[in-house]
Amino acid sequence: MKRYSLFAIAREALTHHQGWERAWRSPAPKPGYDVVIIGAGGHGLATAYYLGRNHGIRNVAILEKGWLGGGNTGRNTTIIRSNYLQDPSAAIYEKSRSLYETLSQDLNFNVMFSPRGVMMLAQTHHEVRGYLRTAHANALQGVVTEFISPARVKELCPILNIDGPRYPVLGALWQPRGGTGRHDAVAWGYARACSAMGMDIIQQCEVTGVRSENGKVTGVETTKGHIGTGKLGIVVAGHSGQVAQMAGFRLPVESMALQALVSEPIKPCMDVVVMANTVHGYMSQSDKGEMVIGGGTDGFNNYTQRGSFQHIEETLRALIETFPMLSRLKMLRQWGGIVDMTGDRSPIISKTPLGNCFINCGWGTGGFKAIPGSGWAMAELIAKGEPSPLAAAFDMGRFREGRFIDESVAAGVAH
Amino acid sequence: MLLLICPYCGVAAEETELAPGGEAHLKRFGPGSSDAEFEAYLFARKNPKGVHFERWRHAYGCGKWFLAARCTATLEVFGTYPAQTSGPPDDIIDRIKARRPDWKGFA
Ligand SMILES: Cc1cc2nc3c(=O)[nH]c(=O)nc-3n(C[C@H](O)[C@H](O)[C@H](O)COP(=O)(O)OP(=O)(O)OC[C@H]3O[C@@H](n4cnc5c(N)ncnc54)[C@H](O)[C@@H]3O)c2cc1C
Ligand SMILES: [Zn+2]
Repeated sequence: MKRYSLFAIAREALTHHQGWERAWRSPAPKPGYDVVIIGAGGHGLATAYYLGRNHGIRNVAILEKGWLGGGNTGRNTTIIRSNYLQDPSAAIYEKSRSLYETLSQDLNFNVMFSPRGVMMLAQTHHEVRGYLRTAHANALQGVVTEFISPARVKELCPILNIDGPRYPVLGALWQPRGGTGRHDAVAWGYARACSAMGMDIIQQCEVTGVRSENGKVTGVETTKGHIGTGKLGIVVAGHSGQVAQMAGFRLPVESMALQALVSEPIKPCMDVVVMANTVHGYMSQSDKGEMVIGGGTDGFNNYTQRGSFQHIEETLRALIETFPMLSRLKMLRQWGGIVDMTGDRSPIISKTPLGNCFINCGWGTGGFKAIPGSGWAMAELIAKGEPSPLAAAFDMGRFREGRFIDESVAAGVAH
Repeated sequence: MLLLICPYCGVAAEETELAPGGEAHLKRFGPGSSDAEFEAYLFARKNPKGVHFERWRHAYGCGKWFLAARCTATLEVFGTYPAQTSGPPDDIIDRIKARRPDWKGFA
């Protein structure tokens, strides 16, 4: 892999930019690998990357039914934060957020991590109490957050209407080192680094069956034939239920559509991320000037990557109240992704009933921020066969034993 | 927008009138059941990409709970039926089989 640098740009300028190489190879699958990862989204690619970097396991294939980063990783609104209430969540999301701080340097690929600050508005007294509690919990967890006043909210985000008729802003939970990143670049950066380590990323290769013998996976059936493997990692987000069925077990997961939309590009007017969970909408401004907007999921099982229009209406209705200037904007594009929602709305990083098969899923509406930390923890689980302290609380057994990590009650909404 | 016919009041209800209620025909477990049975009842879901049986409530209409058979991959609705049953009725099964010859059946 040729490194990207200022010097490389100068060198390529001299040769009319003919010398740039492909960012990753497109190999044919080998008959077998030490580890096969299903799903080349951010979490699958990061898992492979840290398998190589932290554990020296490089005979790895990542199988992707579409194109890499074409699932939720390329469809999200890129909010990165770690201001969770429960200790296991704060630990893994903060690990992830801190890895984002240096990810561009680590991967030699600009992921445009922008720690512009994330603000979660408190618009009811219940929310004020909840976020004060989170701020105290974060202080104990070593996550830097602060509960700020309405005046400070207005100072940080002047286009916000803090005196709304229904839900005036009573304060906010502010995480100054939260922010956004470029979602595609995260997938591309990890893919390039994996390929450089000799790993095979095989796109247009759908897994259609999981072969096992005596309680152990021996390989997978794919649209490109059988591929043998020593260990299997399932990292397919919305399709987790489907692949788990191939492997013969059931998950506490349901797949639903979550939508997002962007406005026409306008001049810079907002340099923080604002989430308004009571009215159910959130917004940031992209570097191109579009307002990037999201809301809640549809309520029913869905694999179609498109959602119902009334949810867009609801989200915009909520946001127009919070940001009156939005009412003059045209919306440009809208899309959906299939999110994997677990029973307690927290993710799963776990062993499975098959000894050498591991699963990472359930990140639902909020796993972009978790990509580096989740990959780190999943790689350790696959390499050692046992979870690290970072992953231990996220095992599937918690649903049987009632050890929930109940962030949905804590946050009221995901992301 | 989804349109489902409420089997009680006969209205072709729009999605905004309805509240989704998740997988149908779950076997309910009570006191004395094992942890595994509670887990299966409360959390484990089929979540298929394809034919799905699910609960809906005609929340802004007659208020009744009913069941629907729907394809999660195409949003095609195969039919709706009253909730007082432990499995999908034969006419719904026949309709699904006609439309999805590969379907493995209700299990
Ligand atoms: C609209 C929207 C907004 C969001 N906003 C945010 C946000 O602001 N902040 C945040 O942190 N998170 C957000 N999320 C959530 C975040 O996008 C996801 O949690 C995260 O991207 C999941 O990554 P992943 O790698 O697990 O899944 P994906 O990126 O979906 O990757 C899974 C891959 O597996 C592949 N696959 C599936 N089945 C098979 C098979 N049988 N064989 C081979 N390959 C297969 C898929 O094609 C896919 O590429 C949002 C999600 C959506 C949809
Ligand atoms: Zn009715």
